[in-house]
Amino acid sequence: MNIVVCVKQVPETTAPKEFGPDNRINRAAHEAVVNPFDEYAIEAGLQLKEKHGGEVTILTMGPSGAQDTMRKALAMGADRGLLVSDPALEGSDTWTTAYVLAQALRREEYDLILTGMESTDARTGLVPAALAEQLGLPSLTYASSVEVEDGNVSVRRQVTGGYEEVRGPTPALVSVVKGVNEPRYPSLKGIMAAKRKEITVLDLAQLEIQPDEVGAAGAKTKVLDVTPRPEKQAGQVISPDSPEEAARIIADFLQVNKFI
Amino acid sequence: MDFDLTDEQVMIRDLARDFARNEIAPRAEYYDHHAEFPYDVIAKLAELGFMGLPVPEAYGGAGADTLTYAVAVEEISRGDASVGITMAAHTSLGIMPFLMFGSEDQKQEYVPPLAAGQALWSFGLTEPQAGSDAGATRTRADLHSGFWVINGVKSFITNSGTRISGGVTITAVTGGSVGDREISNIIVPAGTPGYTVSREYDKMGWRASDTHELAFADARVPEINLLGERGAGFHQFLRVLDGGRISVAALSVGLAQACYDASARYAEERVQFGRPIAQFETVRNKLVDMATNIELARLMTYRAAWLKDRGRDFRMSAAMAKLFAGEVATRAANDAVQIHGGYGVMEEFPVARYWRDCKIGEIGEGTNEVQRMVIGRLLGL
Ligand SMILES: Cc1cc2nc3c(=O)[nH]c(=O)nc-3n(C[C@H](O)[C@H](O)[C@H](O)COP(=O)(O)OP(=O)(O)OC[C@H]3O[C@@H](n4cnc5c(N)ncnc54)[C@H](O)[C@@H]3O)c2cc1C
Repeated sequence: MNIVVCVKQVPETTAPKEFGPDNRINRAAHEAVVNPFDEYAIEAGLQLKEKHGGEVTILTMGPSGAQDTMRKALAMGADRGLLVSDPALEGSDTWTTAYVLAQALRREEYDLILTGMESTDARTGLVPAALAEQLGLPSLTYASSVEVEDGNVSVRRQVTGGYEEVRGPTPALVSVVKGVNEPRYPSLKGIMAAKRKEITVLDLAQLEIQPDEVGAAGAKTKVLDVTPRPEKQAGQVISPDSPEEAARIIADFLQVNKFI
Repeated sequence: MDFDLTDEQVMIRDLARDFARNEIAPRAEYYDHHAEFPYDVIAKLAELGFMGLPVPEAYGGAGADTLTYAVAVEEISRGDASVGITMAAHTSLGIMPFLMFGSEDQKQEYVPPLAAGQALWSFGLTEPQAGSDAGATRTRADLHSGFWVINGVKSFITNSGTRISGGVTITAVTGGSVGDREISNIIVPAGTPGYTVSREYDKMGWRASDTHELAFADARVPEINLLGERGAGFHQFLRVLDGGRISVAALSVGLAQACYDASARYAEERVQFGRPIAQFETVRNKLVDMATNIELARLMTYRAAWLKDRGRDFRMSAAMAKLFAGEVATRAANDAVQIHGGYGVMEEFPVARYWRDCKIGEIGEGTNEVQRMVIGRLLGL
C-alpha cells in the first residue's frame, strides 16, 4: 500500500509570530519545524506501512529549505520526499496550495493520502478537504483512528457525545487529529539513513502549472489585516468570608458568563 | 573555520533535546529523590540508538563522530545529569576500551549488545587507596593455569550494579616489582565467581546513576580476558580518560545550560519591588556571565571533540574543556540557587538538584587538580 503524507514546514510554534507588511508571517524570523499536527499523519502512515507494507512518501510545498524538515520525516522512517518549490508559489492561499499538491499527486500512484488536521501557522484546516475535492477523492477528515482493509479505509471521528465511524473506498484522503497516535522519535539509525533517501524537487513547469494560477496572483483569498491578541487583563481577586460565599460567587460567575 | 554543525548533527541534537525535555527532565526529580536507576529512560535511549553513538556501525553503533556524541551528552545532561553520566560512562569508559585495545574477537563478542544498550559496561580504575594516583592500584591479577585470579577492591564504579550491568574492565597489577609494577586491563563479566558487586553509595549528586563498590576474592576469568597488551594497562587507562574528559565536559556544559534555562525563566517571572528580578542589574549580570561562560565551555568542548575526530592531539584541549566546564557548571549552579532565593534551596525546584549534581563534574574522571596537573605537564611546565 502506497501512502503519501502531506507535510508542511511551519515556523517554530512556541515563539510569538511576526508579520510582514503584506500581513503574511515572516518565516525567516523563526526556526522552521515540521507542522506538529503533521507528525501524527506521518506516524499514522508509518504504522499503516508496518502493517500492510508499501511505501510512505512525504509531499511538501514550500521553500527549498523545507528539505531540512522533510529529512525529519524521512528519519522517522518515510521512504522518499517530493518537494514542490517555486518562487511563484509565494503568497498561495489554501485553494492554490491544494491545487499545487493535487497536481503533484496526479503524477503519483497511491492508495491513501494522509494529512494533519491543520497547520499551526494559518490554522484554517481547509487544505485537506480542498485537496480531496480537487482530486475527486473521498475525504475522511478529523480521524482519531485509521484502518485500511480490503480496499476501504475506515476512520473514527469524534462528535459531540460520541464518535462516528466513517468508511470510504481507497484511494482516499484522511486528515488525522492530534492524539490519533504518539509520533515516534526518529532513531539515530533513521537519521543516518535519511541522508541517503531521495528528495525530488519539482517546479511549476514540471507540474504544468502557470505561475499566475498560484501564489498571491492565483489566491482566492487575501489577508487584509492582522491584529495582535489583546493583552490578558489582570484577574479579579475576591476574598470571601466563608466557603459558602466563595461557592456562591463562583457559581454566579459561571452562570453569568454562561459556562453553566 | 566552520562553527556550523552538519544537518545530521543538528537533527541528532534536536532529537536529544526533544527527548531530554519530554522524557528525561519530567522524571528526573523522582529518580533523584528515590536514588533509583532510570531503567525506562535508559531503555528508550537505547532504542533510539544513544547508548552506542560513536561506535562504528559494524559493531552495532550509530557510527557518529565524537562531536555528535558530545552534543548528545550535553543535551541529555541538560535534562538530567544522572542520565548523562550513565550514557557517557557506558560509552567512553565502558565501550571505548574494547574498541581501542580489544582484539577483533573481543570487539565482536562484547561491543554489539553494549552499543545496542541491552547491557551496560563499567570501567574500574579507582580503589580505596588509588584515586587521583590511579597507578597505585593494589588489585592483583595473577595468571594460574590459563586463568587470571583477581583479588582486590574497586571504589565508586559507575554502571556496575544495575540489572543490566554486563561487567567491568579493571586495571590490575599483573606482575613486576615495587617501583616497576606491571598494570594490565582485564575483562570481568558480571556473574564471574568471586566477583561481587558490593555496597551501593548514597551520593549527594548524580543520585539516579548507579555507583557501587566492587570486591574481587579469587575471581577467575580466562587468560583471553586480557584487554590489549599485558603491561600496557597504565598507558591504556590514561588514553581512555583523555577521551572520557570530552564527555564529562559536555555533561557539565549541559548541566550549566539547565541552570541558565531555569534561572532565566525564573528571573523573568519572579517579581520583587514591583518588577521582574531579571531587571535588576546584579541579577541580570549573573545570567549574562552564566551564558558567556557556557558559550566558552561549549566551544572548548566541541573543539576538543573536533580535534579528536581529526585524529589530532586533543589531550590538552580535553583536559582544559573538562576543567573549565566543570567549574562553569558549579558556578552556574551556585548562581542559579542564588537567583531562586529561598526557593532555590527547595527540592521542588530543579536548581537544588543541579547544585548537588554539578560538583561531581569537578571530581570524577580526574579532579580539577589533576586536570591542572595534566595541562601543566602538556604545557611543558
Ligand atoms: C559519582 C562518581 C562516579 C565515579 N565513577 C568512577 C568509575 O566509573 N570508575 C572509576 O574508576 N572511578 C570512578 N570514580 C572515581 C573518581 O575518578 C575519583 O573519585 C577521582 O579520580 C578522585 O579520586 P579520590 O576520590 O580517591 O580522591 P583523592 O585522589 O584522594 O583526592 C583528594 C583530593 O586531593 C587532591 N589531590 C590528589 N592528588 C593530588 C596532587 N598530586 N596534587 C594536587 N592535589 C591532589 C584531589 O584533587 C582532591 O582534591 C567516580 C567517582 C564519583 C564521585
